[in-house]
Amino acid sequence: MDFISILSDAARGMFGPEAAIYALAAVGLNVHFGYTGLLNFGQVAFMLVGAYGVAVSVATWGLPLGVGVLIGIGCAVVLALVLGIPTLRLRGDYLAIATIAAGEILRYFYRSSYAQPLTGGVYGLRQFADGFYNLNPFTGTSYGFGAFTFSARSLWIMVVGWSLTVLCSLLVWLLIHAPWGRVLRAVREDELAARSLGKNVYGFKLQSLVLGGIIGALAGSLLAINVQSVQPDSYNPVVTFYLYAIVILGGASRIWGPVLGSVIFWFVVTFLDSFLRAATSSGLIPSSIIEGSDVGAVRFAFVGLGLMLLMIFKPAGILGNRKELRLDVR
Amino acid sequence: MSDEHSRPGDHRADDATVPAVPPADGNGAELTEQLDPGQLGEHDEVEEREEALEAAAAMKGSSAAAKSLEGVAAEPGSRKPDPILVADDVSRRFGGLKAVDVSHLEVQRGTITALIGPNGAGKSTFFNLVSGFDKPNTGTWSFKGTDLTGMSAYKIARLGMVRTFQLTKALMRLTTLENVMLGATGQRGEHFLPAIFKPSWSGQEADNEKRADELLERFKLTHMRDEFAGTMSGGQRKLLEMARAMMVRPSLIMLDEPMAGVNPALTQSLLGHIQALRDEGTTIVLVEHDMDVIMSISDWIICFAEGKVIAEGTPADIRSNQAVIDAYLGTSRALPADEKEPSP
Repeated sequence: MDFISILSDAARGMFGPEAAIYALAAVGLNVHFGYTGLLNFGQVAFMLVGAYGVAVSVATWGLPLGVGVLIGIGCAVVLALVLGIPTLRLRGDYLAIATIAAGEILRYFYRSSYAQPLTGGVYGLRQFADGFYNLNPFTGTSYGFGAFTFSARSLWIMVVGWSLTVLCSLLVWLLIHAPWGRVLRAVREDELAARSLGKNVYGFKLQSLVLGGIIGALAGSLLAINVQSVQPDSYNPVVTFYLYAIVILGGASRIWGPVLGSVIFWFVVTFLDSFLRAATSSGLIPSSIIEGSDVGAVRFAFVGLGLMLLMIFKPAGILGNRKELRLDVR
Repeated sequence: MSDEHSRPGDHRADDATVPAVPPADGNGAELTEQLDPGQLGEHDEVEEREEALEAAAAMKGSSAAAKSLEGVAAEPGSRKPDPILVADDVSRRFGGLKAVDVSHLEVQRGTITALIGPNGAGKSTFFNLVSGFDKPNTGTWSFKGTDLTGMSAYKIARLGMVRTFQLTKALMRLTTLENVMLGATGQRGEHFLPAIFKPSWSGQEADNEKRADELLERFKLTHMRDEFAGTMSGGQRKLLEMARAMMVRPSLIMLDEPMAGVNPALTQSLLGHIQALRDEGTTIVLVEHDMDVIMSISDWIICFAEGKVIAEGTPADIRSNQAVIDAYLGTSRALPADEKEPSP
């Protein structure tokens, strides 16, 4: 087993395009869950509309990619309003049910044969992101040192992805430290109290849903651009749960929680992937226990186990304040 | 802690140390000083408060309130000379049960009006209805002449009618200061786009922080300023809720069982705060079960039973009212009329 190459795989995973994209989507989820207390179990739906906004605009309609991103954002706003207007007046649990259902409805709709002329149905769409890669300022073959190298293509999407993540985090920071964010956190703590002080709770929840949804749609667009294809079944509910794992791991209602959470999450996932593959192929772990083909599933089983341990021993996450968390008990 | 507490012109500490006794003098001047017209923006409100203050200075505290209620008939639904809240035919059904059925009710401006009655009499439900937290089946009600029927709770609060809750609602993971500052109305920084540009709201925020600090000092919570509200004791939360409600600059504050679960010493202090608010011109409506409290601070008492107003009057009237004795007080509370309303 080559530990250097396993570690460099893990290091590439923690800063790679996927980590940036998941961090961005988790920043949006943190606005919902961490700051407003909205149980949005359908963040993947916002990613889906963002991704297909780009894919359909470019591949089906032949529009420029930038317009596609804007269309994706527009779809996210519409989705947030459609989801929020009927459900945000109700208790938080209803939003959870509505969002998880909405994610599934959208996924089945986008893969239906009815929508196939537009979305490509189950086959999805591909090769729509050339407009993005044509702008790539990096022209070399590889960047980095030793085994820690990225192709020019990956580097370009990483730069864009992490920049967007930092920009969105700064935007959230500005908003949360303004009176606007104070109302949001008050809504999280007690809606009735906020309402009794003259705050339009419903309006604030809707604003929060839209903001987090737009950030999720940006992440979705970037995900589609990264792999140059969209396929409905890659937007299944489990993505949302990875995002929850990331937010909780880093620390909910912490500005840099989702970013740190994503970096650690992807380090662990790629490390396990590399390690298990090396261990099974070298015979360190006999194939009677784990086969090479099981590795993809086993690594996520370990992620689940890790999340359970985290909840038991460090429930506030890495950046969280345990004292603050304890106050939640009413 | 900030260094702002040593600011000149801050006379609050004196009041706070003897809360059970309303300040005997300097009260009007002090409040006028607190109300900076430029900061308020609503000059009518300032004038209104100033007029109220002048009136209060002329006739102190409960005697002023008592005088304003002179000649008001002690009967259910009686008309008041200067009502701030008027409700007509307000009813609320829960299934077959008519929880509230109030044909007419008025609350006199500048008084402490207590709602009493057995559990399930509809006092809290009535609170919820008029504050917009529940929708009545029938009825209209108005506040300072504005029709509130069907208005959302947050809009009612912005008009200056603020309520507290029976189960205290401290915003646990916000600091004490943040809890109070949340109450300020018309904050520019609460709008999405201005929130991003700090210079557009930082001046207003500083003013609000100053006022919040004054309120914290008044309610003796300054030492908790930067602590999470979740770390407070039950009594401190009651004080916090009152301070937070005052931050809205209400002209009517509705307190739902403010003394529930509070120790006797703190009850005295809360009573002092409530009377001081009344003396500054704020109208107070409270639901309370502690009859000693009710009898000692109320200017007017409205008794509910089975959703209806069965009696109204001064504490002395209520004590001798047979309907109230039968429905609520029981004979042991029916004291002879010679034990007059204690002066605060």
